[in-house]
Amino acid sequence: MHLFLVTVGITFLVPLAWLVSSSLKGPGDQFAFPPKWIPGPVHFENYVLAVTLLPFGTFFKNTVMICALNLIGTLISSSLTAFAFARLRFPGRDRLFVILLSTMMLPGIVTLIPTFVMFKQLGWVDTIAPLTVPAFFGGGAFNIFLIRQFYMTIPADLDEAARMDGANSWRIWRQIMLPLTKPALGTVGIFNFLSHWNDFMGPLIYLRSTENYTLALGVAGYQRTWGAEWHLVFASASLMVFPVIIVFFLGQRYFVQGIALTGMGGK
Amino acid sequence: MTAGQGLSGAGTGYRGLRRREALDAYVMITPWLLGLVLFTAGPMVASAILAFMKWDIMSPAVWTGLGNFRIALNDELLAKSLGNTAFYTFIGVPINLVNALWLAILLNTDIHGKALYRTWYYLPSVVPSVANAIVWIWILHPQFGVMNAFLSLLGIQGPNWLWDSRMAKPSLMLMNLWGIGSSCIIFLAGLQNVPQTLYEAASIDGAGTIRRFQHVTVPMLTPVIFFNLIMGFIGSFQVFTSAYIMTEGGPRNATLFYVLYLYRNVWEYFKIGYASALAWILFAIIMALTLIQLRLADRWVFYEQELRK
Repeated sequence: MHLFLVTVGITFLVPLAWLVSSSLKGPGDQFAFPPKWIPGPVHFENYVLAVTLLPFGTFFKNTVMICALNLIGTLISSSLTAFAFARLRFPGRDRLFVILLSTMMLPGIVTLIPTFVMFKQLGWVDTIAPLTVPAFFGGGAFNIFLIRQFYMTIPADLDEAARMDGANSWRIWRQIMLPLTKPALGTVGIFNFLSHWNDFMGPLIYLRSTENYTLALGVAGYQRTWGAEWHLVFASASLMVFPVIIVFFLGQRYFVQGIALTGMGGK
Repeated sequence: MTAGQGLSGAGTGYRGLRRREALDAYVMITPWLLGLVLFTAGPMVASAILAFMKWDIMSPAVWTGLGNFRIALNDELLAKSLGNTAFYTFIGVPINLVNALWLAILLNTDIHGKALYRTWYYLPSVVPSVANAIVWIWILHPQFGVMNAFLSLLGIQGPNWLWDSRMAKPSLMLMNLWGIGSSCIIFLAGLQNVPQTLYEAASIDGAGTIRRFQHVTVPMLTPVIFFNLIMGFIGSFQVFTSAYIMTEGGPRNATLFYVLYLYRNVWEYFKIGYASALAWILFAIIMALTLIQLRLADRWVFYEQELRK
């Protein structure tokens, strides 16, 4: 049984292992046949070259910026909206919530074209604004829904007691709800980070000049332009993967929880 | 007298609190409401209007009524891309689900290090799609790739994979198998919710492993299978990145998928109106598929609540 699971597991690791191994090979060693698994000699300098020959630092900075802004926008915006829907009474709440739910079913592709035209008219194309600003406006229906479900499980006595003590809605959200919903926020945060770190289509559509590229665009771009320098392509792709793996291991708890809770794989 | 005043005072106070609460709520949801108008409802209306127009951004838009939809009916590339996407979805998604399911069942048995395996199998699905695409171009390389090297060890002459128009779609489907970790974990969560007593009862009735799987596991798991199926279809119908990076839609349009074709219509051919029509057609297809699935689901999806009725 274990033997079987380990064998299957090894095949699962093949692409990752191949990526790392190829990133350490000398130029042209990718063309060895049969393929060499262990690079000899090991070319660590590929990483230095990949970082210095290309505006890798800029790509990295742009990607981190986009991820960070999305994270901040989404967490504040979606938890606040979710709080209002879950814990506050206001006229029209239920009707608005149905609207929120129905927007979850709308594929992004339908709104993509006019949204692009709008951002173009605003002069936002080739800036990170189209990729970050929307996060501050609600943070995504799915995230709102997920956090709301989490808020619903918290006993109502808590905010009633706080209200007796004179706390207003904002304080209840900040001082009671936010600390209690850390697991939900962690799940949303991690999937949010991953999806923006991985995002290819968004940057492809909105970013034009190389100095505004994200890692995904940059790495895909190397692959297209540097036919022959595969060792550097692999090194840069590895550099894009490592942060994800670190986040994956740090946030493992949230991953499994999030998938079991939401039934989605973050994609 | 004083008591009465106190009471009415408390009344307005309470109403005031209520009003305050509603006011705070509106302020809190204002960003979302603005987003709804600016990034969802507005663009939806605009997209619906654009679908009936001819527009290349440079010259003014022209109303063409059903023109775009008429063009779509006779668009060979569109038919090709739709066929590719349907093939990729209807064959690829079930293959993925079957594999995710048996893997989940294996992982659900009482073995040591379950959590470790779970993490292990899930890992490939977090690898960024761009990096994944680059690695797979090389794994599937006909001359220098790992896949064909492995096949040649078994004495098999490997195919040209991505470079062969018949093998290109199956190649991408094969690559997708590496991402089954996430649906596998959803299955696993479902499996853990199957009451052990059902298995015990089945065993007492003399059911073996296969019959227990058939009559307990599968029926209890149908809601999760259904969920994975729908999400799989929705995702698969929107495949883009792998084809854009790995094959550029080729060879001979074998991997020209719907969204890739739509992308080209906007950002390469500047047919904004036509692409908007395509977006709505895709939406209609996904909607229809989901509704059909929901309708069919009544026949095979079993919810635990039904048991309690």
